[in-house]
Amino acid sequence: MSRIHVHTAINGEPAEFLCDGHQTLLGALRDELGLTGTKEGCATGDCGACSVIVDGRLVPACLVLAAEAEGREIGTIEGVATDDALHPLQKQFLEHAALQCGVCTPGFIVAARALLEANPNATEEEIRLGLAGNLCRCTGYDKIVRAVMDAAVEMRNAVR
Amino acid sequence: MSEQTFTTVGTRPIRHDGVDKVTGRANYGADISLPRMLHGVVLRSPHAHARILSIDTTRARSMPGVKAVVTGRDIPLVQAKLAMGEAALDLRDMGDNLLAHDKALYHGHAVAAVAATSLDVADQAARQIVVTYEVLRPVLSIEQATARNAPILHEGLKTIGRPTIETKGPTNIAGKLELKLGDVERGFTEADVVIEREFRTPTVHQGYIEPHACVAQTGEDGRATVWTTTQGPFVVRDACAGILGMDAARIKVIPTEIGGGFGGKIPVYLEPLAIVLSRKAQRPVKLVMSREDDFRASGPTSATVIRMKLGAKRDGTLTAASTSLWYEAGAYKGSPFGAGAMCVLACYRIPNFFIESYDVVVNKPKVAAYRAPGSPMAAFAIESVMDELAETLAVDPIAIRLKNAVVEGDRAPYGPSYGPIGLKQVLVAAAAHPHWKAPLADSQGRGVACGFWFNAGMSSSATVTLNADGSASLVTGNPDIGGTRVAQAMMVAEELGIEVDRVRPCVGDTDSAGFTDVTGGSRVCYATGAAVIQAARDVKDQLRARAAKIWDVQPDAVGWNNGCALPPGAAADRQPLSLTELAPQMAKTGGPIVGRAAVNLPMAGPGFAIHICDLEVDRGTGKSKVVRYTALQDVGRAVHPGFVEGQMQGGAAQGIGWALNEEYIFDENGVMENAGFLDYRMPVTSDLPMIDTVIVEVANPLHPYGVRGVGEVPIVPPLAAVANAMHAVTGVRFTRLPLSPPRVLEGLVAAG
Amino acid sequence: MSTIRYEAPTTLDQAVRLFSANPNASLLAGGTDLLVQFRAGLTQPSTFIDLKRIPDLTGITLDGSGLRLGAAVPAWDICRHQDVKRLWPGFVDAVGLIGSAQIQGRATVGGNLCNASPAADTIAALIVDRGQCVIVGPDGERTVTVEEFCAGPGLTVLRPGELLVAVRLPRPAPRTADAYLRLIPRSEMDIAVAGAAVSLTLDARGVCSAARVAIAAVAPKALLVAAAAEALVGSSVDEQALDRAAAASSSAARPIDDKRGTAAYRRTVAGVLTRRAATIAAARAKDR
Repeated sequence: MSRIHVHTAINGEPAEFLCDGHQTLLGALRDELGLTGTKEGCATGDCGACSVIVDGRLVPACLVLAAEAEGREIGTIEGVATDDALHPLQKQFLEHAALQCGVCTPGFIVAARALLEANPNATEEEIRLGLAGNLCRCTGYDKIVRAVMDAAVEMRNAVR
Repeated sequence: MSEQTFTTVGTRPIRHDGVDKVTGRANYGADISLPRMLHGVVLRSPHAHARILSIDTTRARSMPGVKAVVTGRDIPLVQAKLAMGEAALDLRDMGDNLLAHDKALYHGHAVAAVAATSLDVADQAARQIVVTYEVLRPVLSIEQATARNAPILHEGLKTIGRPTIETKGPTNIAGKLELKLGDVERGFTEADVVIEREFRTPTVHQGYIEPHACVAQTGEDGRATVWTTTQGPFVVRDACAGILGMDAARIKVIPTEIGGGFGGKIPVYLEPLAIVLSRKAQRPVKLVMSREDDFRASGPTSATVIRMKLGAKRDGTLTAASTSLWYEAGAYKGSPFGAGAMCVLACYRIPNFFIESYDVVVNKPKVAAYRAPGSPMAAFAIESVMDELAETLAVDPIAIRLKNAVVEGDRAPYGPSYGPIGLKQVLVAAAAHPHWKAPLADSQGRGVACGFWFNAGMSSSATVTLNADGSASLVTGNPDIGGTRVAQAMMVAEELGIEVDRVRPCVGDTDSAGFTDVTGGSRVCYATGAAVIQAARDVKDQLRARAAKIWDVQPDAVGWNNGCALPPGAAADRQPLSLTELAPQMAKTGGPIVGRAAVNLPMAGPGFAIHICDLEVDRGTGKSKVVRYTALQDVGRAVHPGFVEGQMQGGAAQGIGWALNEEYIFDENGVMENAGFLDYRMPVTSDLPMIDTVIVEVANPLHPYGVRGVGEVPIVPPLAAVANAMHAVTGVRFTRLPLSPPRVLEGLVAAG
Repeated sequence: MSTIRYEAPTTLDQAVRLFSANPNASLLAGGTDLLVQFRAGLTQPSTFIDLKRIPDLTGITLDGSGLRLGAAVPAWDICRHQDVKRLWPGFVDAVGLIGSAQIQGRATVGGNLCNASPAADTIAALIVDRGQCVIVGPDGERTVTVEEFCAGPGLTVLRPGELLVAVRLPRPAPRTADAYLRLIPRSEMDIAVAGAAVSLTLDARGVCSAARVAIAAVAPKALLVAAAAEALVGSSVDEQALDRAAAASSSAARPIDDKRGTAAYRRTVAGVLTRRAATIAAARAKDR
């Protein structure tokens, strides 16, 4: 059984791994690279827990083949915080108590960051529609949406 | 007690495990990996009801990469029960659910398990296991299970009843409970209005985002370590020990972080399998449920049929209630039929009532607890009929509830008298809330409903260790599903007078924590909290004794305030000694200071809530949306209001999903057709508005701060709150959930 | 299973040759249907042929004659294309409804067409917009209408070795606009229980001079409902015309009962959505 040697970049750093033709990017991240921050909730693209960025687009890693990562830029939850600081989204999630069990949180943060980068002035409704691909069973979404809205303010202010 | 002032309790510090969770560093069940680890796959029955005639694992066992295979033969059934508060887990049933022995009792029932060097190999090997079945007719509803000549799931099953019932002959009714008071017939004749309705709720799942997962490692001496996502590491340990015939001392269970539980991660589905596979293979084994398997083969909650008859006088005073509740248990006895019977009338003073409740086995997965188990369905029934009574009598829906609401001193339907409770307070708060008076558009309607849950006590242990630098470590045995770590740390901080950041709360494993009952039952801040406070006070007592030694006085003479030991009154030459001054002197003054507590508490004193729901309905398509929602609840004391609000919002969201779109859809063979998040429709972000919360605090005298518990009550009112709102806007009384668009449109069309 | 291969050709020629040499291969664009089916064991390909590195399949070109949309362009990219949105708002609405933001990063119109689900969101919109499918195979290139492309649930007219390469939409005539609506139980994430697409052309007086109506998820494939279009043509898209169009759609529907809805429900809602989509299309057309 010969495996595919994939050269990619993850959170700005070069990375490589071996995978099978049918293995998913989610499997490669978690099992080959030890990046377990991205979670499997359903394996059918319906829960958002495996949200990652591939070449600038938000995607469900469970529905991307590992081999597709060749030559592409992958962004995961592990790359959201910078060396010395949490991202405003991460800070606001903590301030707002917007996580209870926390398993959906990485997916939400990756998805929310993509949403706000594309639409820095997103309204509550746009945030809710934009994050509808991320399931949370614990919070009822109230505090998550508030955290995202406050993070948006913080991010807009930082840009000025 | 409500006059207590706090420095830390009531504030909103960042949770100690928060940074790990927002960065993806925190380890959940499937995140654990060990060297040489194998991957396990479970083979499941394709039939909802079948006798297992033979299982041939020869081909599977001989495949390269396959290191172990187990079937029911490897795990003989035991006759034992595991105490869990007032309930008990039947380990014989749990063992048979883990791996079928004589019969497959639901589609998805585990029949064998394989451990191999990769998931692909394990999967292929599982397909090579040959099982021969004699397919039997399944029973898939209360009606089918109780019909004459119904197929019988368990040959020896008897109906166990309170009061005592005898059944001879085969039955699918595993239990019956009756509660009564007064004279129901006379009570109905005294009523001016009598309303009787039958309600149906579907099988629904807790829907935790993280599926079940564990890793087990068994050594050559048979000692096992299990990492698992669980609400109760001690339940896992003792269930594995019981099922596998091992001493508890030979199993260590390490709870990982847990991605949601809601009651569904109390039973064991994988751990004993993983231990046995690991023992056979002499390598660690990881077993993770797929989402599909989780739906098919873990523990959803009961589908129900509930008949509710209420009688009231013209002024709204209830005179009589008669109700029959039928709960599907799934493949083994043990639905929440008892709790449902106890909850159903618990909000109201009713002088004459008759309650009968039944536990019925059917060929579906064995139900597990789901947040206030039994209560939401019961509340759907009574709160809908209360709504109908209010409408018929032209009485305000909150007023009719106020009129009949139980208060301290009233007897609960299940016997004891209520201590201090907050039902009236939440009702008054609701009536005064701006939501109640807010205007509605034509396409919108408003509904209210109340909810009740007991709030458990049970056993908890806690250890608080003082560090020489004045910081403290706390160890308890409750996995943190919703912010309990930080709440417990706040209690230590409060007691010791130190910053909450200087407390390190740790979720211990079964080696490092004293025995502790599950994270569940709304009990952690109450019972474990009480143990934590007691342990912290133990530390304070020891500190006072150290100060006494330094001052050469009697320990009784030393006081404590604001983080300092206070010298006896007359000693003007002695300054108070702070904790940070005493801590470094621990070794000199007697050694380490470790505070401990172990408690077993009675039920907390129930929680009551009322929810207000505004629903917008598209009459052309039957599609509806919640546009405004307010949850008001008595929690006793909110230690960390942010996480208390979160419990109220999360429970409300689950109840809304249950009301509007969630259901198991079975085909005629008992196969679930929608075993995934696409077609098992839980609420998404755009389905819900902000959920406003009002925290009412009627102190629970059994906890030093008055904590009552919050987690479960919030799921109880939404089913009826949504259905009553649907009635308000459509004029149609829906008695069957979910209120999915096709059902709503059908109801609208039928009503003309 | 351990020998499933992955190939990522960079030209259309390469892809055609690979596919001819591996008839059991699966063509991978976004994978949002394919990989779900693969995981469910419904398909066992020998090879995944990834189409996303082929320029012919990943471009959006708009010129005087209309739109050429590569079959492997993700929905996300289509929805952000301002000119496509302006000219075909209904089609872009349909594309934007294919699932969550994450799914939008992957799902493609080509995949939607080739999966040929009766409930596909884009197909009804493409039909009313007179879409054409550009197909390339070992025997060269051919074009069929979107209407002809789907043959039934999961079935297309693709012959062995053929790939769907692009979809073409002719530029709409003046005062022409489209709309697409679907019914799902939640606000997002669900498969359509029923859908309706309408394209209308209004004359200078606001009278409908041309119309196309297609319904989705209520038959083995999206259906063009000529009678609904006839009800609208010559009218000012008034209540009576809308009623007749709605009734025509309900009549034409051939729905089934399944876990997402009953046949009766789908029949009713096909009509409701036709009326609402026609109203939106008319309002849009007026503004052009």
